[in-house]
Amino acid sequence: MTLSTAQQIEALRRMYLIRFFEDAAIRLYGEGLYRGSTHPYIGQEATAIGVCTALEAHDQILATYRGHGAAIAKGGDLKGMMAELLGKATGVCKGKGGSMHFAQNNVGFVGSNAIVAGHIGIAGGIALAHKLDKSGKVVAVFFGDGASCEGVFYEALNMATLWKLPMLFVCENNEYAISTHYTESISVPFIAQRAHGFGLPGVTIDGRDFYAVYNTTREAADRARRGDGPTLIEAKSVRWMRHSAVAAGAEKGERWKDTDPLPRLKQELLTRGILYEDDILEIERAALHEIRDAADYAIASEYPVAADLFTDIFT
Amino acid sequence: MQEYSYAQALNQGICEEMRRDEKVMVLGEDVGKYGGVFGVTRGLYDEFGGDRVRDCPLNEAAIVSFGIGLAIAGRPTICELEFMDFLTWAMDPVTNQAPKLRYFWGGQVSVPLVVRAPVAATLGFGSQHSQSLEAWLIHVPGLRVAMPSNGFDAKGLIKTAIRDPNPVVFIESISLYSNKTPIPDAEYLIPFGKAEIKRQGDDVTIVALGAMVPKAILAAEALSNDGLSVEVIDPRTLAPLDINTIVESVRKTGRLVIAHLAHKTGGVGAEIAQQVTELAFDSLDGPVVRVASADVPVGASQFLEKMLFPDVPEIIKACRSFRR
Repeated sequence: MTLSTAQQIEALRRMYLIRFFEDAAIRLYGEGLYRGSTHPYIGQEATAIGVCTALEAHDQILATYRGHGAAIAKGGDLKGMMAELLGKATGVCKGKGGSMHFAQNNVGFVGSNAIVAGHIGIAGGIALAHKLDKSGKVVAVFFGDGASCEGVFYEALNMATLWKLPMLFVCENNEYAISTHYTESISVPFIAQRAHGFGLPGVTIDGRDFYAVYNTTREAADRARRGDGPTLIEAKSVRWMRHSAVAAGAEKGERWKDTDPLPRLKQELLTRGILYEDDILEIERAALHEIRDAADYAIASEYPVAADLFTDIFT
Repeated sequence: MQEYSYAQALNQGICEEMRRDEKVMVLGEDVGKYGGVFGVTRGLYDEFGGDRVRDCPLNEAAIVSFGIGLAIAGRPTICELEFMDFLTWAMDPVTNQAPKLRYFWGGQVSVPLVVRAPVAATLGFGSQHSQSLEAWLIHVPGLRVAMPSNGFDAKGLIKTAIRDPNPVVFIESISLYSNKTPIPDAEYLIPFGKAEIKRQGDDVTIVALGAMVPKAILAAEALSNDGLSVEVIDPRTLAPLDINTIVESVRKTGRLVIAHLAHKTGGVGAEIAQQVTELAFDSLDGPVVRVASADVPVGASQFLEKMLFPDVPEIIKACRSFRR
């Protein structure tokens, strides 16, 4: 199936939504409207959007604590997510998850996880269930370059390949695990090379190129659906910001903005004659409004009540 | 009624639940054709096939993580750890994931997971195959912890565990695996959070865990010849803990001994003692006495092990310590 015009326009719209959502998340954090931390996805948007555009609506994804982008890419509810960020009862997780634990099952966003690599095996189990159920569904799991150093990643890679699970391992290599550059922690130049020792395909792509991510994911998802097993996709991008809203340390910041996936997709849509400048401005404006509405909704929402502390522990 | 071993009883319980619900899965090392290192899954592979009874590579973290994924996707899954000590490799999925996903995802998932954790204490396996780590687990909100002391209870509790839509760590005693108990033909389940008074008594209450339960009963029998009437309570599940049954007994006896194979410091005994202190301090004639392992690693030598693990004489001594 080829990428439709509507899908490309929607990809741009979602890219704006992620960008503005993260801008709002950083601003609201700065204003003291929520505590803890938040991990912006700015600069990496094309990866989640490319993957989720290539997946079917009923496919599922699991993401990391830097997971707002994945949630939005999969079609998550903006108001519910913004409210979740602020710890409100109207949040997608009733305020119990916060920035690092977004989840929205009804759009296939199983959820975010804040233990680095802790979700990779869980994704494998879900993929195994799909295989046994012959559901035809694929599970994509996002994780970072840092997570690729955790033991459970290799355990899951081995099991998923051994059992030919309908699964995509999407390594979002944004170069840094907090302060450590991946070349200082990873023994091979490309994380995709890890696949060679496990007997699955591994491919390194430009994670800022929506089309490259889409095409690669499409192929990997088809392969997974055919029963041929998982693929390891290393999507390289650049994390513009610091690790989190609270992390210290000097990083390159502004200089990295020439790697922005957003103008790149915009230009592509203009070149392909899919959109005109005015159309793009309209999409941008509408996205900004949507995010503002979500922020207003979140701010106006109520906090959980004391009794909520004791619910959702056991079924 | 026909008698079956603890291991057979577990096998029956798992088998019945797998017949009842075709979604139920077993994951673990050597659980398939081999039937489990202690034979608990024997025959399951033949009856249910390799899709549902899956031999896994030696990777406990992924075994439990995959179990969680299956559980979330609607397949209640039993993960067998060959020894409870190997839980350490799986601590992230057992403590950070399984018991918390439902909470931090705002009730969007259920995690019907059973992690079977056999304890090999007193069998000469040494430091890394003999630990009773239940205290680590009761500290984690969102986990249920069962610890049966005989085959009848093991069968009833494993069936409840498999049907529970929440994560359960099921602690078994390998030293009891060959002990036989009568098992009725008719199906039965044993609810969580309901202690059983294994022996009635008026003078001293013993709360014993797992493999210490039969030892506590032997101690109580010996003490009855001395004219000391000892009540033995098996909590059967530690989370939820049936503290009311324990407190009621203490109100009657005024004396409490807690016996477990786990190390003394920070053990479940400390928690039970504190809860009893909070709820029935006035009824206590004296301090609660703990019978537990010393705070040293388990030595493999028969001699060292015998010195370390408490047995019937230590329980008897503890019960007599109240006599004036």
